[in-house]
Amino acid sequence: MSNTPLIDELVKGPWPSFIKDIKRTAEKNEMCKDLLNLLEMSYRDKKTHWKHGGIVGVRGYGGGIIGRYSDSPELYPGVSHFHTVRINQPAGWFYSTSALRYICDLWEKHGSGLTNLHGSTGDMVMLGTTTEHLEDIFTDLSEHGWDLGGSGSDMRTPSCCLGKSRCEFACIDTMAICHDLTNEWQDELHRPAFPYKFKIKIAGCPNDCVASIARSDCSIIGTWRDNIRQDDAAVAKYASGELVYGARADGKVDIKADVVDKCPTGCMSYEGGKLSIDNKNCNRCMHCINLMPQALRVGVDGGATILLGAKAPIVQGALLSSVLVPFIKMDPPYEEFKELIGRIWEFWDENGEARERIGEMIVRIGKGNFVEEVGCDPIPEMICEPRSNPYIFYEEYFEEE
Amino acid sequence: MAAPKRKTDIGPPHYDQMLHPAIKANYGKWKSHQNLKPGVLMHEGESGAKVYTVRGASARLISITTIREMCDLADKYCDGFLRYTSRNNVEFMTDKEANVEPLIADLKAMGVPVGGTGSSISNIVHTQGWVHCHSSATDASGVVKVVMDELIDYFTSMSLPAHLRIAVACCLNMCGAVHCSDIAILGIHRTPPTIDHDKLGNMCEIPTTVASCPKAAIRPAMVEGKQSVEVIEDLCMYCGNCYTVCPAMPIANPLNDGISIWVGGKVSNSRTKPMFSKLAIPYLPNTPPRWPEVSDAVKNIVEVYARDAKKYERVGEWINRIGWPQFFEKTNLEFTKYHIDDFTLASSTYNSSTHIKF
Ligand code: SF4
Ligand code: SF4
Ligand code: SF4
Ligand code: SF4
Repeated sequence: MSNTPLIDELVKGPWPSFIKDIKRTAEKNEMCKDLLNLLEMSYRDKKTHWKHGGIVGVRGYGGGIIGRYSDSPELYPGVSHFHTVRINQPAGWFYSTSALRYICDLWEKHGSGLTNLHGSTGDMVMLGTTTEHLEDIFTDLSEHGWDLGGSGSDMRTPSCCLGKSRCEFACIDTMAICHDLTNEWQDELHRPAFPYKFKIKIAGCPNDCVASIARSDCSIIGTWRDNIRQDDAAVAKYASGELVYGARADGKVDIKADVVDKCPTGCMSYEGGKLSIDNKNCNRCMHCINLMPQALRVGVDGGATILLGAKAPIVQGALLSSVLVPFIKMDPPYEEFKELIGRIWEFWDENGEARERIGEMIVRIGKGNFVEEVGCDPIPEMICEPRSNPYIFYEEYFEEE
Repeated sequence: MAAPKRKTDIGPPHYDQMLHPAIKANYGKWKSHQNLKPGVLMHEGESGAKVYTVRGASARLISITTIREMCDLADKYCDGFLRYTSRNNVEFMTDKEANVEPLIADLKAMGVPVGGTGSSISNIVHTQGWVHCHSSATDASGVVKVVMDELIDYFTSMSLPAHLRIAVACCLNMCGAVHCSDIAILGIHRTPPTIDHDKLGNMCEIPTTVASCPKAAIRPAMVEGKQSVEVIEDLCMYCGNCYTVCPAMPIANPLNDGISIWVGGKVSNSRTKPMFSKLAIPYLPNTPPRWPEVSDAVKNIVEVYARDAKKYERVGEWINRIGWPQFFEKTNLEFTKYHIDDFTLASSTYNSSTHIKF
């Protein structure tokens, strides 16, 4: 009889089973065997059997390795130490099989053979190794052209959508930007010196496939300043049903009902078979382009909107990023953007409290004060509406002559 | 043999080495795309070049055994290249249309469902859970597995009004930032940490432990003659930060930990602005190994949405149109006092109008 009856229940069913996967790998790896045993115990006790660890790492780096220990080393020695190694992923999560096979061989030799492809921040997450292996892993990785990602109070590993590599919606070259920023800020990535973590995510367009507006302290989201490109012949094909939206049963596009009437700004009209867009009033929401990608395209004058401050709830509640710069060109070497981030980090370093994300600091000191301090002008694009409360702290007064 | 050369700060390998030649050739020159069928995309370049993408499910927690199998398929059909998506699916790209069907057949034989494009439920973004995290109130991979077993037909078809994004996080830290998902499944602790006064003095540094609490709920204290700490329970929000620095303060409580369900968030700007997910179910029990209460609850919400929403409406847009009273009525979920916010800015969520449907 199996000694893991509870988690064995997760071998069943049509979705890929991580338990089945760990089991096959356990045939050759002791750590996997004990991981299954420990997990079975959690399923029985309804609680975690992990402890956070002391600080572990590799020489010269303050981040990239997460220490992890189990609370039952006597029972399951194979996972008494089970540290995570974060490897900085190639931009866009593209791999050659030779590169991936190298990583697999490394993890066969030095770890549990288990991974997350990928972690929430974007790294390749290598689950389960012990302290003695860390230096060898790092040396081997760096010899083969790989490096660690971030952890702790540093710039975390930037990540991006696949952008121009395969998406016609991309208004900026997300992968080039991601690779460049990661290399520019290696010290900030590897040696934690900030008040808290700082995540950067880059999306090619307002569809935001990497959830940058919800998941990163700095969201770089592609947009365009000129007009939506329109192919009237293709519009007619959507109207006739020759082209459809996706391969769904009801995929025929009713241009009036599905596109024009759903445009949030009311800036489209469709009369006499002619689709017109008042681009001055389009807020770049992407709906019409998503629905008719063969007929409508983002403009050619691409750049990015920069938003700051997203985070999960702890401590002061969850935040979405909010606009700092409505439009900035993102062409190499991205000097204007880098200078802006430099000013932001400098201000946060001096004014942020310990474990205070930048979004929380902005709320604490006031966005108006913050934008002034980092050298931006207050503009209405930064807010949904002006204040309705009259408690204004005026900074200038007239004095009697 | 010379000692290996240890280099620091070299950054990740350049993505250029990782791209299929057809992707490289059309980089920045894409014209449009079509979703040919669930899990299959065709992108067309300005030059007329076509690249086919096949998207397969992945558990995200995958072993080198599985990764090598994925590599075998990429070698066989995609000239040795593949990628992973932001929702942890695996994608195979080829410029040879003839490769698409055999690849799909091989994936299915491997037990990999193909889908997750367009108006579908794509892979569930999730966190570490009991597999690897000390603060988890529940498992993540297991919950994902049972929910997707239940919803698999929505992954392999495109039958929903719009795409529907689910995320799982196993504690309030929300490593996956699940708070803007159409449906968020969130593990919750509901009780303050227990304190092992016998061990705390030896195991933990008291000033560090006190400082670890974001709510300043921990104070140094002498308990039965031992140096220890006390927790002001009214201040505690069960975040588990203290347990991170002090193993003598476990936050897990098997009797009370559980799962909450949140709905109506989104991150895309399409039509409406990005939105947070809002509370639908404050507490479901933690019932491993297959969490039937959780998978039933999620399935119920998905099915009501699928029936009731208009074409292209995301869950949050649907709820905003019908209103929250109707959401609770149609889903048959109980509305409780826990649904009424009592944190900062709670008053902005009160209904200050007579806009009420009868
Ligand atoms: S965010 Fe936009 S550009 Fe990037 S992959 Fe998604 S749709 Fe394409
Ligand atoms: S992008 Fe959005 S706002 Fe602009 S025209 Fe299309 S639907 Fe309207
Ligand atoms: S969400 Fe919480 S429990 Fe889950 S992996 Fe993150 S910190 Fe750990
Ligand atoms: S669980 Fe969080 S809020 Fe509660 S005592 Fe620990 S650190 Fe403080």
